[in-house]
This record gives sequence, C-alpha cells and structure tokens, in this order.
Amino acid sequence: MNEFSFPLWAYLSQTPLLWLTVTLVAYVAADRISLASRRNPLCNPVLIAVAVIALVLWGTGTSYPVYFEGAKFVHFLLGPATVALAIPLYENRRIVLRAIAPMVLALVVGSVTAIVSAVAIAKLFGIPNTVLISLAPKSVTAPVGMGIAEMLGGDPALTAILVILTGVIGAITVTPLMNALRMKDWRARGFAVGLASHGIGTARAFQVNSLAGTFAGIAMGLNALVTALLLPMVLGKLLE
Amino acid sequence: MIISLTVILLCQLLGEVVARGFEWPLPGPVLGMVFLLFFLGLRDRIGMRVPEFGKTLDSTGKGLLAHLSLLFIPAGVGVVQHLDVLAQHGLGLAVALVASTLVTLIVTVVTFVVASRLTGSAVEGAGEDRAP
Repeated sequence: MNEFSFPLWAYLSQTPLLWLTVTLVAYVAADRISLASRRNPLCNPVLIAVAVIALVLWGTGTSYPVYFEGAKFVHFLLGPATVALAIPLYENRRIVLRAIAPMVLALVVGSVTAIVSAVAIAKLFGIPNTVLISLAPKSVTAPVGMGIAEMLGGDPALTAILVILTGVIGAITVTPLMNALRMKDWRARGFAVGLASHGIGTARAFQVNSLAGTFAGIAMGLNALVTALLLPMVLGKLLE
Repeated sequence: MIISLTVILLCQLLGEVVARGFEWPLPGPVLGMVFLLFFLGLRDRIGMRVPEFGKTLDSTGKGLLAHLSLLFIPAGVGVVQHLDVLAQHGLGLAVALVASTLVTLIVTVVTFVVASRLTGSAVEGAGEDRAP
C-alpha cells in the first residue's frame, strides 16, 4: 500500500483518534441514510456502518485490534447504556407493573426458544460444539453473551458477531413480521424484539414507538439475566 | 451532565462489585440497571432538588439510549476477524440465526399477548391508539 506509507498516515493509523472518528463518522452517515429512507428496516444503521468500516480497514490494511484501540471508547458505553435503561423503565413503571404476568411468561418461554431453536437448527447442519456454544447466547446483549460463551468454553469474539447479526436480523424483520401477524400491542411487539434481538432490536423499537422501546429495553435486561441462569442447563442437554 | 454520568457509572460499578463479590451469574450492568431504578425511586420519594439528579440525569440517559445502535458498531466490525468461520459454516449459521430469530419473535409476542388477555392486564392505549 504505497499511497499509505506517509509518516502522517503511519502516525494517525496507530492512534485511537483516527478510528474513533471513523466509527462516529460512519455511524452519523449510516444514521442519515436510515433517516433518509424513513427508517426503512433494511437500511439498518449498524449494518451499514459495519460494512463501511470493514471496507476501510480492508482497504487500508488495518488490523481489527488496531481499530479497536480507538473504537473501544464507544464499545465501553454499552455498559452505561444498559444501566440507563432504568430511566425509561422508571418513567413507564405503572404500565410496566400492570404487565408483569405476561412479561414473566413471555420471558421464560422466549428465552428458552431463542437458545433451543438456534442450537438445534445449527446442529442439523453439523456445526461443531465450540461454534454451537458461541451461538447459544446469540439473543443476549453483546457483553453478557460474550461472558456466557467464555464461561462455557465458546469463542467470545465469535459470539459478539453472532449476537450482532441476530440483532440486525431482528431489527430488520420485526416490523414487517408483526404487521403481518396483526400484532398491535406495542408492549408485546417491543418485548419480543428486545428479547430476541437485544440492544439492536431495542434501538429499532425506540425508532418506531417509545412504549415499544421501553418494553424492548426491559426484555433485553431480563433476558440477559435469565439466559445467564438457564443457558448452562439447557445447553448441557442439547449437546449430549 | 458529568454528575449524571457519574451516577450511572456508580450504579454500574456497584453492579459489578456485587455480581462478582457474591459470584452471582449476573452481568454487572444489568444489576446496575436495578440499582439505578432504586435510585430513581428514592429520588422521587425524598424529593431531591438537585437538577443533575432530575432532568439532566434523564436527558443524559436518554441521550445514550437514542444512539444505542452506535455502541454495537465496534463489536460488529469484529466480523472481519471471523470471516473464515462464517464462510465455513455460513449456510448453517445463516439459517439458524434467521429461523431462530423469527421463531423467537413469534413465540414471544404470542405468549405475551395471550398471557396479557388471560390475566386481564391488557392496557388501553398500549395498542392501536398509539400507532404513529
């Protein structure tokens, strides 16, 4: 890569500043595209931004660890954002408390469905156990899913990818799917997408309806909790 | 805003300390969310008049949540490191991810709606009225 051998590039390409800026610019651009498409589910901001950045890394011969040195500042905010879910949850506490029974039921049924269906289907394709373990927590938010995979002997980095792909798939399909099923309860729609597709699904739900977003956030938090507890047991049975 | 961020980080820190200290199989940030919930309840009960604990905290938190998509990008770009695994098991993983996500969405939404009707906790205004 001759054109990139200038000293300035050699310096910049190793600093967190450049890759942090690239991440933000790619996001702002992707978000604008999504907005211009009137939030068409196919124009998912995460998908667009990831594709653009991956191309930039490939084109400049930059490795992922070098990129992550800059991007880790954004990555870090996943934790505080999870904590901040308490704010819309608290605001809507009355409506949430009234829905406690359907939430608990949908949570347990949905959480087990997410694990079992993914692992069972992948097993049919003869996918090896280490990949199956990394796949099992795919519906849980990234930091939690990675922790679970590592604990059980999977590959946390692979889990991160599968988690994000699941998020994008859910965010793209939820609106047409729910409309086709004629589901009009925003609480139920939000809860389903938060459970199946964690934060990316929750981000999509907030784009569509704030009540749906709130329930998505609750589902995401609760599913992280329930999956962390249930997955070791369920997976043991599935891999036998 | 700094005070609001400090409150959020303190909740997360407390969550990590409790989760790891007691070896609970719970993610620290999820527990942190529970702590922030308690904090918000406490704030309203004793009527703290510090603006940073009120509107500013709310707007800082919502600011983070408004750009939740951004936060997943760094981990998502990690796909460049796993193209080989994805290529090798691509079809199986694609089918598993898409089918499992759709099934989970359907099962969850149906369970929620049915349970909501059975328990009589369907809420006026949670449905059609709010549709944009």
